[in-house]
Amino acid sequence: MNAWQVARLVAAKDLRVELRSRVVLNQVLPFAGLVMVMFAFALDKDNILQRVSPGLIWLATVFSLLILVQRTFAIESADGALDALRGAGVSPAGVFFGKSLALAVQLLTLEVLLTGLAVVLYSASFSPGGAVVMVATVLPATMGLGFVGTLYGGLAIGASGRETLLPLLLFPVVAPVLIGATRATEAALGAGGAATSDGWPWVALLTVFAVLFGVGGSLAFGPLIEE
Amino acid sequence: MVNVTTTASSSTSAAGPAATSPTHAGTRFTRALGIITIAAMLSLAAFGLVFSPADVVQGESVRILYIHVGTVWVAYLAFVITAVSSAAFLWKRTTSLTWDRIAGASAEIGVAFMALTLFAGALWGRLSWGTFWVWDARVTTTAFLFITYVGYLAVRGLGGSQQQRGRRSAVVALLAVLEIPLVHFSVKLWRSVHQDASVADRTTNVTLDGLMLFTLMLALVAFTLVYVWWVLLRQRVLAMQDALDDKGLDYALAERRREVTADALPGSVR
Repeated sequence: MNAWQVARLVAAKDLRVELRSRVVLNQVLPFAGLVMVMFAFALDKDNILQRVSPGLIWLATVFSLLILVQRTFAIESADGALDALRGAGVSPAGVFFGKSLALAVQLLTLEVLLTGLAVVLYSASFSPGGAVVMVATVLPATMGLGFVGTLYGGLAIGASGRETLLPLLLFPVVAPVLIGATRATEAALGAGGAATSDGWPWVALLTVFAVLFGVGGSLAFGPLIEE
Repeated sequence: MVNVTTTASSSTSAAGPAATSPTHAGTRFTRALGIITIAAMLSLAAFGLVFSPADVVQGESVRILYIHVGTVWVAYLAFVITAVSSAAFLWKRTTSLTWDRIAGASAEIGVAFMALTLFAGALWGRLSWGTFWVWDARVTTTAFLFITYVGYLAVRGLGGSQQQRGRRSAVVALLAVLEIPLVHFSVKLWRSVHQDASVADRTTNVTLDGLMLFTLMLALVAFTLVYVWWVLLRQRVLAMQDALDDKGLDYALAERRREVTADALPGSVR
């Protein structure tokens, strides 16, 4: 079985677990929505919400990423699932890509919801060109977050105290995504008078990030999870 | 401070409890190095605080820079050494934990010096720029580097076997090499969009006074000596800790076995 088949199976398995347990649907999505409402409570002044809505979308995404990563590895450490996966002798890179992909799909659902909420709650709006930039932003940003989340989630698996360690490790690494995706979304939404075409350099940065951590993660994941 | 065992403990290839592990942190070499280092630091204090002149533009606050530059140099050096030793540890899977311990010792010292750098930098910034902090790319990256290596040290403390610790932390150290340029680049791009001129206009003081240059060089040398001295000591302390973990278990096992055999033989001495 090659790495891609492993990746597909692992991703399908993770998503099936999520579909059946509905933890993401019932807990993580409502949490993300709640964060958006809390931002509104904290920042409701002089129409500032509309201007900072891109940053808020991505901050809420990054916060939710933490929960998703913990969740995606909680299902692996329960019942010795990861041991079984290791014992199966499948490619660690395949497992890495599979888990990243499943994480990215969940993140994507989340981002669609958050963007929708920004439109409803913060009166953000898209031009047709802006929508293209938004799609081009969300895809590499989500892949990048999926890779980094899987990599650092796998790092602390099985160790005590990992819930508190994960944000410390993860947040510095996702800073480029937060910066890049926020600026690109600003361009897409025209927030603060940004031009739509300003978004493309940031999309490039996000793509570089995703590729680097995709390659780095697939190399590093094996040594990380092995006993 | 007993130095009888220095020759036996100078082996650096100690891989496990069976090999000779160090019994003292100091060797004759580190003690000599320590004396030189202390002398260098004392002379740095003399040159930095007394002999070197105050700056024409910055005044007395320029003296902070001898600390700031010296510590930031050591911090970056320490993180490079951590990355290199981590790569060396991962290179062949059977490698001794010495590489891992050098990486750990180096990172600990790097974090401490980075904290000093940020502190001294903030003080200097307050005096020269009027503010403790600027969102300049270099400053921000340095702060991220600091946090990243605090995380690295936390990963080292996660527990598990020594090999596991070595692998995990080595991967984190190498990922930092990937992460830091990206952070730097994105922060730079971020600032270039949102801030016209950087406050970091340090080109006003172009001609550096000879004595000031000498003091700066002395600071680099002195702080580097501190680094080398402490890394050597610290990695040996870490080796002793690892040996204690291993041997402590062996010792406890032997103890239990002795108890069992003592109970099993009714005619024994006890």
